[in-house]
Amino acid sequence: MSRPGNRRPECHKINRDLFVLTYGALVAQLCKDYEKDEDVNNYLDKMGYGIGIRLVEDFLARSCVKKCHSYSEIADLIAQVAFKMYLGITPSVTRNESSRNEFSLILDKNPLVEFVEELPAGRSSLCYCNLLCGVIRGALEMIHLTADVTFLQDRLKGDKVTEIGITFLKKLEEKKCRRKK
Amino acid sequence: MADEALFLLLHNEMVTGVYKSADQGEVENGRCITKLENMGFRVGQGLIERFTKDTARFKDELDIMKFICKDFWTTVFKKQIDNLRTNHQGIYVLQDNKFRLLTQMSAGKQYLDHAPKYLAFTCGLIRGGLSNLGIKSIVTAEVSAMPACKFQVMIQKM
Repeated sequence: MSRPGNRRPECHKINRDLFVLTYGALVAQLCKDYEKDEDVNNYLDKMGYGIGIRLVEDFLARSCVKKCHSYSEIADLIAQVAFKMYLGITPSVTRNESSRNEFSLILDKNPLVEFVEELPAGRSSLCYCNLLCGVIRGALEMIHLTADVTFLQDRLKGDKVTEIGITFLKKLEEKKCRRKK
Repeated sequence: MADEALFLLLHNEMVTGVYKSADQGEVENGRCITKLENMGFRVGQGLIERFTKDTARFKDELDIMKFICKDFWTTVFKKQIDNLRTNHQGIYVLQDNKFRLLTQMSAGKQYLDHAPKYLAFTCGLIRGGLSNLGIKSIVTAEVSAMPACKFQVMIQKM
């Protein structure tokens, strides 16, 4: 007797697999096209930027977030709402003690590298997930915040965790209140 | 699901990126389409493996095509193929009246000449999926009025 077919219980998983596999195919193609790791990293960052400037609109439309008043609120928002919405993970946020503008997102689990065991030979400085940096940078720029986003640690390169560092560069503009004189 | 937006944007960026790097290197249009199609092929292979892990064995070719039209398309593009035609001699035409990757682009004839770029990846996806199910094929796409498009699958007898 044949089992009744599963009613696609892993629909979401397949969708995520589609994105992850497509990303993998893209990186593989880039490694074929460009010899230097920096070129691949830059390309991924630029691509991520292009995605980020559009993704932020989708994000704001879907989540009813209130206006943020500090950088740490923004960092929390990125980690707890945006990452959860798009990648299904919640990185933890740590703040650099010495500076008010520097934050780190620590990714325990990174779905993008689900099918990656190790970096290919001769590609030791490839930032596989550099797209994420570009996405965050592009998204922040569309809400008038400039930031420097880089990978501080990468599990694929042998570190214990994957850490994305966000450094906000300009001051948040203070809300100009209209006062009746 | 929010994932859809991510994939759509990534796909569009990929197409733009491939053509931009082609401009610099003076590569023909055909090679860009091939690159995109090959990426889709690899993704299709992987995807179909994960998808059909627990499904029952397929009876014949037509069964496989129906699976692609219904379950596969629904999972990837959130809807089924609207029309499947075949001549029972190895040629299948899959018609999607509202193809997800084209809906945001135009609703008619505008940008028609750019449409093939955005279909190459999906052609590869179908070809890769069929390949890992044991069917060798050639997949092409045509668009006459967006967002409707037709994918033609030609089964190759090995």
